[in-house]
Amino acid sequence: MIPFSSVLIVSAVLFAMGLVGVLTRRSALVIFMSVELMLNAATLVFVGASRALGTMDGQLFAFFVMTVAAAEAAVGLAIVIALFRRRRTTDMDHVSLLKW
Amino acid sequence: MVIDRSLDFLWLIPVLPLVGFLVAGAGCLLRARAKSVVAVVACGSVALSFALSLLCVMALAGLPAHERSHVTTVGEWIGPLGLDWSFRLDPLSSVMILVVTGVGFLIHLYSVGYMAHEEGFWRYFAYLNLFMAMMLTLVLGASLPLLFVGWEGVGLCSYLLIGFFYTKSWCADAGRKAFLVNRIGDASFIIGMLWAWVLFGGTFDIAALIERAPAAAAASPGSVTAIALLLFGGAAGKSAQIPLYVWLPDAMAGPTPVSALIHAATMVTAGVYMVCRLSPIYVLAPDAMFVVAVVGAATALLAALIAMAQDDIKKVLAYSTISQLGYMFMAAGAGAFTASIFHLTTHAFFKALLFLGSGAVIHALHGEQDMKKMGGLKSALPRTFLCFSAGWIAIAGVPLTAGFFSKDEILYKAFLHSPLLWAAGLVGALMTAIYMTRLMGLTFFGVSRRAAHGDHGSAPHEPPATMMIPLMVLAALALTAGFVGLPAPIGALFGGHGESPFAAWLAPVFHAPEAAIAAPHPEGHSLELLLMALSSLVALFGIAAGLRIWVTRPEIADRIAVRLGAFYVAVREKLYVDELYDRFIVKPWYALSRGMGRFDTGAVDGVVNGVGAIMLTSGHVMKLFHSGYVRSYAIAYVIGAAVIVWYLL
Repeated sequence: MIPFSSVLIVSAVLFAMGLVGVLTRRSALVIFMSVELMLNAATLVFVGASRALGTMDGQLFAFFVMTVAAAEAAVGLAIVIALFRRRRTTDMDHVSLLKW
Repeated sequence: MVIDRSLDFLWLIPVLPLVGFLVAGAGCLLRARAKSVVAVVACGSVALSFALSLLCVMALAGLPAHERSHVTTVGEWIGPLGLDWSFRLDPLSSVMILVVTGVGFLIHLYSVGYMAHEEGFWRYFAYLNLFMAMMLTLVLGASLPLLFVGWEGVGLCSYLLIGFFYTKSWCADAGRKAFLVNRIGDASFIIGMLWAWVLFGGTFDIAALIERAPAAAAASPGSVTAIALLLFGGAAGKSAQIPLYVWLPDAMAGPTPVSALIHAATMVTAGVYMVCRLSPIYVLAPDAMFVVAVVGAATALLAALIAMAQDDIKKVLAYSTISQLGYMFMAAGAGAFTASIFHLTTHAFFKALLFLGSGAVIHALHGEQDMKKMGGLKSALPRTFLCFSAGWIAIAGVPLTAGFFSKDEILYKAFLHSPLLWAAGLVGALMTAIYMTRLMGLTFFGVSRRAAHGDHGSAPHEPPATMMIPLMVLAALALTAGFVGLPAPIGALFGGHGESPFAAWLAPVFHAPEAAIAAPHPEGHSLELLLMALSSLVALFGIAAGLRIWVTRPEIADRIAVRLGAFYVAVREKLYVDELYDRFIVKPWYALSRGMGRFDTGAVDGVVNGVGAIMLTSGHVMKLFHSGYVRSYAIAYVIGAAVIVWYLL
């Protein structure tokens, strides 16, 4: 049986990869994918904890996270498409209209 | 029938001129041109008002003497204060409405001719009718606030009419000066009125105030004195007494009929009327009465002195008006309210006549007001001269004219009160005779000095009939009106006994207050006859001296002027009172205002602008954190989350 600490290490690595991706990449799509990575790291912790503690709560939350991720993907992709149509770019550094 | 019912329509007396004002005002706004229409409407409304006043007074005379006080309430005004639109007709207000509507009508008629060639004919009559409505409200108002509505209304009309030729800056300035100086008095009046409300147990009704005054005076005599003085402060502003008289000479910037109506016959007597109306309160405050008498006497003397050295014909008459108003206050202060109102009435006639006569002279000379450039008009304007002479001998106090009887009444009552007041009055009477004779001498007698001063305009001509008729009527009144108030000794000669018809008519109003402070009355008539003879001599001496100085030997006048030197110059320059006010009140006031202005732009605006500047600066600083790059926000987010997690762990 895989110890909980290993699960935590894997998920921490996954989260760190996602975080670095969000902070360093400029393309909206890649940032988006990195956010998914971070979400999945969190889901992994939930599921691992569920197994380690022997309760179903963590697995329940995993479904919630997936649902939220799906909704987020739908809304986020719609925004990216709308942005591309209007500005012909998905580079987030060029999206600073609200700055005064 | 008609007469009995007329008292129910008492409220129409002020409303009729108000309707005239609305019609003329609407015509003015619509730029109407037909002058005859407004002339008929304006004169007609005042004539109707006069007719109704006559009917009402006749109805009042039909009542028994102690019931001669009729109140008509038109409707509620300010419910919580118990104030109604109530008009009271009693012997005092009946005298006033007859004077106001009667003289007012004559002056309206005169104005039709006088203003015929002026711009703003409609505007003029709109203001004049509004003035009549307000003056009648003042006189008939049964409560102090309603009286005050009229009080302020006539002040407004005075301001509008002084500045009637508003394109000339000095006319507009004179209007503003009149308004501002009056405001000082009005502020004092308001304070006195409100204090009376508090002290007399929450009533503004004049009859109720008078009823409650004795109890209040017994409880706190100091407060009643203060109220009387504060109200007199208002009267000093409106009736041009020291120290607030400075606006009246400047008010001559208005058209001459306005000077006659507002600044001689009616509005400026409002203060005298108010003091007499509240006479039962004033007699409870002897100190206030003393102040009224002294201020009146001082004003009478000072203004008469200044009048002796003025060259502008209207300025002489203006100072003369101030001086005569001083006489009225002196009488009121001495407790002779009947004499005060009697002089008010006769003065309204002869001073209106003098002003209208001077208007005819100015009209004939195409606007010339400087007497140094007149002279010899007697032959050019014979009828005007005759009418003017009636006013001249009346104001100078030549025996048997109206002014003689009323002034003598005042002097006699003043003598009983204090010989010092009488002496001041007698000196004033002498000066009155002299300066009026000087005015006549420079204007009508001698030879014309027009050509010498470069005026080669067309020859002077007599005024048209609309101007001549009022002059004649007023001249007749100035000569004969005194007979309604014949003093007791002369009345006795004609088989009368006791008081004159005028005094008897006013007795229901003035009997109680006059009895309250009456000086001991000597037996017999010898003292009164002696004083009368003395003042007749003084008047005749003044006229004779004036005729000698300014008519037969004009060079004497110049010699006197040189002999008096600086004093003469000071009197000619109105004793520098305007300059003193300018130096010690106007200039410091401006300095204070400028200081306040700097405080406003510096401190107050500084705080407001400072708050804005702080917001702006902090915004500029905060802006630096908003780079617009999504990644920088994300980093801030991560750091924030890390800090919170670290803190929680």
